Amino acid sequence: MGIPLLAQLVNVLAAFLLLIAFAMLSQRRVLTLIKLLAWQGAALAASTAIVAWSTGQTHLYYSALLTVLLKVILIPWVLHRLIDRLFVRWDIETLINIPTTMLIGIGLVIFAFALATPISQMATTLTRSTLGIALASVLLSFLMMIVRQKAVPQVIGFLAMENGLFFAATSATYGMPLVVELGVALDVLVGTFIFGIFFFHIRERFDSLDIRHLEKLKED
Amino acid sequence: MNSAPGIAFQILQSVFVVLAAPLLTGWVNQCRAWLQNRSAPSILLPYYTLAKLFHKDAVFAHDASPIFRWTPYILFGCMWLAAGIVPVLATGLPFAPAADIIALVGVFALARMFSALAAMDIGTAFGGLGARREMLIGFLAEPAMLMTLFTAAFISGSTQLTSIVDTLAHREFALYPSLAFAAVAFLMVLLAENARIPIDNPTTHLELTMVHEALILEYSARHLALIEWAIAIKLFAYMTIGIALFAPWGIADAGDWSALPYAFAALAGKLALAGAGLALIETVLAKLRLFLAPEFLSTAFLLAVLGMLTHFLVKG
Repeated sequence: MGIPLLAQLVNVLAAFLLLIAFAMLSQRRVLTLIKLLAWQGAALAASTAIVAWSTGQTHLYYSALLTVLLKVILIPWVLHRLIDRLFVRWDIETLINIPTTMLIGIGLVIFAFALATPISQMATTLTRSTLGIALASVLLSFLMMIVRQKAVPQVIGFLAMENGLFFAATSATYGMPLVVELGVALDVLVGTFIFGIFFFHIRERFDSLDIRHLEKLKED
Repeated sequence: MNSAPGIAFQILQSVFVVLAAPLLTGWVNQCRAWLQNRSAPSILLPYYTLAKLFHKDAVFAHDASPIFRWTPYILFGCMWLAAGIVPVLATGLPFAPAADIIALVGVFALARMFSALAAMDIGTAFGGLGARREMLIGFLAEPAMLMTLFTAAFISGSTQLTSIVDTLAHREFALYPSLAFAAVAFLMVLLAENARIPIDNPTTHLELTMVHEALILEYSARHLALIEWAIAIKLFAYMTIGIALFAPWGIADAGDWSALPYAFAALAGKLALAGAGLALIETVLAKLRLFLAPEFLSTAFLLAVLGMLTHFLVKG
């Protein structure tokens, strides 16, 4: 095929990311969802490290390390603490049933691939072909945020979307400048904490984490 | 290709598959018994069962039509045909051009249709129930199976199973994410099509959950033996298709006698591993509710489609 082995490895990891995005879409349990998020972070870190090694860009090593610390260890741990405190180990309710969601997901993947193919033909990077997968996982996370009714899975969807964007950045342009990555990482961390506080407020106000309650503007 | 050694290879393979298939079933049962901390039955138990059934007198329902009588032979014939097409020991067999992967899926579908017809033929409640469930699972598993095979066909540029295997076995080493997707999808289809645990329990006669046992409830003696044998061949054929697509190393070329012992050894090793893996899957998973079967199989379909799309995107 003429593709170097390292690029093939990145392709495999990209496929793994896509697989995890679908697994999240089909998952009914919050705990497993958090585990999947951690796995997604691990795959992301591994692919970033491989890109760093094959291109010799040292700042990508830092960003891989940051990903491991933040997305594999810290954020899943925070989410675990959150759902323990909130007693929300329930099965997730979805707006559309899961097979239909998966079919919509396939549609999104085809859309993303069709969109990314002309862009990646213009790129010159080693891993350009994974841009479509990155775009697809962003769209799939977005779909997950749309079809889930409870607040915690929506936040997990948001974090997964950030993972997808990060992957797009590494695959298309070998990563953003380190300052930007640090800023984004900090934003995500702070965002998770703010969401956590927000969860408690939602629950105190409505006795539930169902975000449909937020649509009511007036007291009954 | 139609030389004498090729035909000898073809005959050797067909006979070998038919004779070895119950051994694989016995091995899977033995592994499962070990994993579940039971004392294992003999690995030869399926042969004893077949011999016992062949010695009994067949009993028919009063209003059984010819379809009911013919079905065991049709099933056995379909599975034997499939086993002759799949490159088990060697590629380039003279029989292989008879059917490509699409026709192969068609052969399996023919067998399924006849077993469903025979089950409904007697008119018992269980027969109809089993037939309907079988068709539900079948029509969901078939597209997933086709998509899986298409992924491999795109990589090698042919729908002939033997040339797919030739391409995949003799390529330079490369990681194919698309084949990884296809392999997972194929595993799920294999479990569903062979009435294995997440979809159906092959050991149970528990009325409410059975699918496959409900189909063959009315058969006895030599007909039952033929059906059981056909099921064993079907499992064997599916496993060898999986091996041919995803781990084809060590397969011989037709007529190359010197490569044959190695091909046998490689096949035996791979089948032993695959059988143990199947037993492991059946031990750690629980049977799904029937209404979750569409979800399971749509996941398989999705993975197969993803594999195909990934192939187009990353060319590998």
